[in-house]
Amino acid sequence: MSAIALVPIGTVSEGLLTRLGKTIDETFRATVSHQALQFDPSLAFDAYRNQYNSTIFLSLLLNSLNETEGKVLGVTDFDLFVPVLTFVFGEAQLNGRAAVVSSFRLRPEYYGLRADSTLLENRIEKETVHEIGHTFGLLHCSDAACVMHSSTYAEDIDLKGSRLCQRCLYQLLSTDSTAAIDSLR
Amino acid sequence: MNKSDIGILIVDDEFSVRDSLGRWFKEDGFRVATAENANEALKKMQDQSWDIALVDIKMPGISGLELQKRIKEIDKNVFVIIITAYASVESAVQALKEGAFDYVTKPIDPDDLSHLIQNAIKQRTLTAENILLRTKIEELSKTTEIIGESPQMKKVMELVKTVAQTDATVMIRGESGTGKELVARAIHNNSNRRYFPLIPVNCGSIPEGLLESELFGHEKGAFTGAQYRRKGKFEMADGGTIFFDEIGNLDMKLQVDLLRVIETKQFTRLGGEQVINVDFRVICATNKNLERAVEEGSFREDLYYRLNVFSVFLSPLRERRSDIPLLAQHFLGQYSLSMNKNISAISPEALDLLIRYDWPGNVRELQNAVERAMVVGKPPSIRMEDLPFQLNSRPKIPQADSIAEVERQHIINILDRTGWNITRAAEILKIDRVTLYNKIEKYGLRK
Repeated sequence: MSAIALVPIGTVSEGLLTRLGKTIDETFRATVSHQALQFDPSLAFDAYRNQYNSTIFLSLLLNSLNETEGKVLGVTDFDLFVPVLTFVFGEAQLNGRAAVVSSFRLRPEYYGLRADSTLLENRIEKETVHEIGHTFGLLHCSDAACVMHSSTYAEDIDLKGSRLCQRCLYQLLSTDSTAAIDSLR
Repeated sequence: MNKSDIGILIVDDEFSVRDSLGRWFKEDGFRVATAENANEALKKMQDQSWDIALVDIKMPGISGLELQKRIKEIDKNVFVIIITAYASVESAVQALKEGAFDYVTKPIDPDDLSHLIQNAIKQRTLTAENILLRTKIEELSKTTEIIGESPQMKKVMELVKTVAQTDATVMIRGESGTGKELVARAIHNNSNRRYFPLIPVNCGSIPEGLLESELFGHEKGAFTGAQYRRKGKFEMADGGTIFFDEIGNLDMKLQVDLLRVIETKQFTRLGGEQVINVDFRVICATNKNLERAVEEGSFREDLYYRLNVFSVFLSPLRERRSDIPLLAQHFLGQYSLSMNKNISAISPEALDLLIRYDWPGNVRELQNAVERAMVVGKPPSIRMEDLPFQLNSRPKIPQADSIAEVERQHIINILDRTGWNITRAAEILKIDRVTLYNKIEKYGLRK
């Protein structure tokens, strides 16, 4: 069974972390723990872009883990970017140990719409499963309903489901049998 | 096409760009490689094939623009997408002019990048399909091969290759049944117009009154019975070739119309006013002596010169008897397949008869003879009695009594057949040109 530590970066409610932990447990059958932030987030801040470099966050999260520990997921309300792209909703190491998701561009109010906490939490939940899925080696899925389907804008996330499709589940089975078998039950 | 079948090569001197783009595409399931400069990229191009190359325009050493050229030299089918900063949009436009698929400015909107890659893949798939279909068309078009190893046919094949690459009007001359349409098809199939249609028009078989509407098409109501607008042969041949068989049979009015269309590449449908522009190549064929028709005033001289830009002469079968066994065997194979009959050979006596016969109907007659022999014949081979002509058939000889008269008539026949081409007629008669001139003078022959 995998162990996944959730680390809040910035202002993230305990309630949200608990909900995400439950979803991760249900989907990947992982042991989820909450861990306090052990680095200064400003290390990833790019003043020119007024955004946080998600790749640097991944390195910092990894450094805060022991060699023996499992995976780590950073959850943040900061605006994330990778150098070549204008923004990212999240980033993960493919087949790796670290992932990060941001709620910044998932908020309806970012697009001039009325705040909707339920919609926001659903989006964060889907992106969390998506990024954790990458750390288990899952690639983007062509099934539009699968949570591993690629989303490049917020409404795109609303169109897909929060679960893995059968094909991704079988793929997970080949990398983490416990998680997949439990998920198939 | 599976994503894992698509290879993306990322070329950028900045590690963070290579790294983040590489990971972005790997999550999508693409085959990805990165290179930090042009030399490394070119090496990777040599090692493996790539479908899409994302190339930073500004790199130390060889620039992105130069790299694009070199990538295209290695594989012209690679889709190059230029990555640029806002400051160098002008260079990106230059890259587009030089064949780049598109360009993106850093930082790239993820949605734009996703669409761009999807479009490139769609285009790549279409291009691959197009290449496949073209190859299939080329395979199919090869079925109309010209059979023959005689010096005359080798010359014809050389001429076909030479003229096919040009857009010159071709006149194919030869007796009936020598394969003039086959040569027209060979010219078309070897030309750059091969992916467009070859439209044959038999000027001898379409009634005069109908030929005009066949060629130019007509609008609805142009004449009684014209219930719909109809495209004519010229429109159908747009981009391709129009082949006028038996051009010598065209009436005077249509000769004028044809000359005008060939020169302007414009016409109007019958009953219409809209000027239609077309782009076609003209190939024509005749077994008539057009020079004599011009002299007699039944064929326009200006049209004659417009059509007779490049001439291909097809010798009658009796003048290239060495091709008869090849042709007979070719037709035998064809009919053996289509009739599902296990006859694969021709007996030596039957073959000897085929070679000695004069074939006034040329290759077409030979083909019909083999077909008939295949119908009546029994495995394993075609025998003499299966052939549709008698053993005592003799070549036709001129109807004359004296040797001088026979010679005179024979020279007239050869001169007519070659369109009074003295060199060619002398070759056929196996005498030198001076002797031929002397005999023309002696017999008082005139063109």
